[in-house]
Amino acid sequence: MNLSVKIGKLTMQNPVTVASGTFGYGAEYARLIDLNQLGAVTVKGIRLNPVPGNPTPRTAEVTSGMLNAIGLQGPGVDGFIKKYWPFLRELKVPTIINIWGTTVEEYAEVARRFDALGGVGALELNVSCPNIKEGGAQFGTDPKLLAQVVAACRAATTLPLITKMSPNVPSIAPLAKAAEDAGSDALAVTNSFPAMAIDIETRRPKLANLTGGLTGPAIKPIAIKLVWEAAKAVKIPIIGMGGIQNAADAIEFMMAGATAVAVGTANFYEPQTSLFIIAGIRDYMARKQIVDVREVTSSVRV
Amino acid sequence: MLEQTVTIVSNERDTDQYFRLVVRAPQITPLIQPGQFAHVRILPLKDALLRRPFSIFQVAGDTFSILYKNVGKGTEVLSRMRAGEELSVIAPLGHGFTVPAAGGETPLLVAGGYGMAAMFLLAQRSPQTGIVFVGGRRRVDILCEKDFAAIGWEVRVATEDGSHGEKGLVTQPLLAELKRSAVGRKLFACGPTPMLEAVGKIAEDIAVACELSMDEHMCCGVGTCLTCVIKVKAGDGWEYQRTCTEGPVFDSRSIAWEVAK
Repeated sequence: MNLSVKIGKLTMQNPVTVASGTFGYGAEYARLIDLNQLGAVTVKGIRLNPVPGNPTPRTAEVTSGMLNAIGLQGPGVDGFIKKYWPFLRELKVPTIINIWGTTVEEYAEVARRFDALGGVGALELNVSCPNIKEGGAQFGTDPKLLAQVVAACRAATTLPLITKMSPNVPSIAPLAKAAEDAGSDALAVTNSFPAMAIDIETRRPKLANLTGGLTGPAIKPIAIKLVWEAAKAVKIPIIGMGGIQNAADAIEFMMAGATAVAVGTANFYEPQTSLFIIAGIRDYMARKQIVDVREVTSSVRV
Repeated sequence: MLEQTVTIVSNERDTDQYFRLVVRAPQITPLIQPGQFAHVRILPLKDALLRRPFSIFQVAGDTFSILYKNVGKGTEVLSRMRAGEELSVIAPLGHGFTVPAAGGETPLLVAGGYGMAAMFLLAQRSPQTGIVFVGGRRRVDILCEKDFAAIGWEVRVATEDGSHGEKGLVTQPLLAELKRSAVGRKLFACGPTPMLEAVGKIAEDIAVACELSMDEHMCCGVGTCLTCVIKVKAGDGWEYQRTCTEGPVFDSRSIAWEVAK
């Protein structure tokens, strides 16, 4: 039975990684799950310099999901390399580093720095965070800007590039195509959905940032459709994500067109979710007599 | 820290909307330090996904307990669970209180409402007995008086409506005691944030050491999501630190109260 998949030139031993921002820098979960069982570890978004993040409250639970507006708090490239890379470098599974910037040049510079570091599995370009004023989503919603960011990073590194797509567009196809044409090796579909919740006792929004990104099972059917549409538009592989809680969810994303999947919000309440999913995919393949997990991708019958 | 499925031994009403939940968790109990918490997934909750953090109240043999107030969707469902049912627990978590050394400081504990729950193990494991100051709005908000008395601690009560103990805030009897004598004493507090700030201010004014268990909205509980951050002094400025990991217990002098506003 083959579970391994390729994302550009990156080989994952199975199609399950974690979503950026839901898994810290890996080490935090090392006492609760065996990280070496994952397909890859994807770390929280990093820009060139340290970022303090947004005021609190930063998250709020909603029905079948949660809102977050963390604001990409992070240690910057140097802080990450010093504090977190020594641990990640020793893992047997690849690390996907999520990067972002406020200008095209900054994205390229961060890509260059991680290219020079050596040993990085892939870079995920975050062009879709809804919670920061500059950078993030503005690059993910305009095909021309998106192409500039991807092309600049492409010129800066030979590492596999995964473009993390915004769901907040009328149609994902032209953006997916723009990323592919500019040299992206893969797409990550999708990021969180802009959303809001209000405390009716205090009449205050539940997040200090007023709005945030909705994640969790509440968004899964919308994310499935986005993966399906993106898969029809491009030839490059897609990492599907959005409310995955179990193997059935993961398989559904793969059938819609994903080559691999990422577990996000579920890590927060059940850190072992990814491992349960890997086991569940094996069981499904055995039951359906599937010998290669790649057969599942885009196997939806329409 | 361990993640385990644990069985409820008992789950009984204490006073009013407060409940005591005891679970059997033989691998977790030996690891528990005063001031740490358990992150509980209430398995029957289907559309509310996140775990709920609770201070660990008592440890007895292979069981530990929490003391919680029925305040929302999660605790409402929890309050209806019965012995024999299961919960998923990640525990013990967080950086707890510093247990005083033998012959060291005399601990003065300050608690607001169910903040009392976080203080019990500290009292039990402290080589010196001290005084616990507890405050609440009404008589029913004053918890575990008997538990502290049973281990030889003096309990001084303040209620805002005057229905039990001194009328007013818990900081009044605390301040009076410190004015009598602050030498060789150290404060430990857990409760609502305004109370913690007031206790921190008293500690600073009187120059007595103080540890505060900070209460901040929490999500993952293990340091990844960066939900529960508070502003802590760093160099000339401040930085965010995680209540779940660097805390919940912080030295009161390290909290950047002014910036936080």
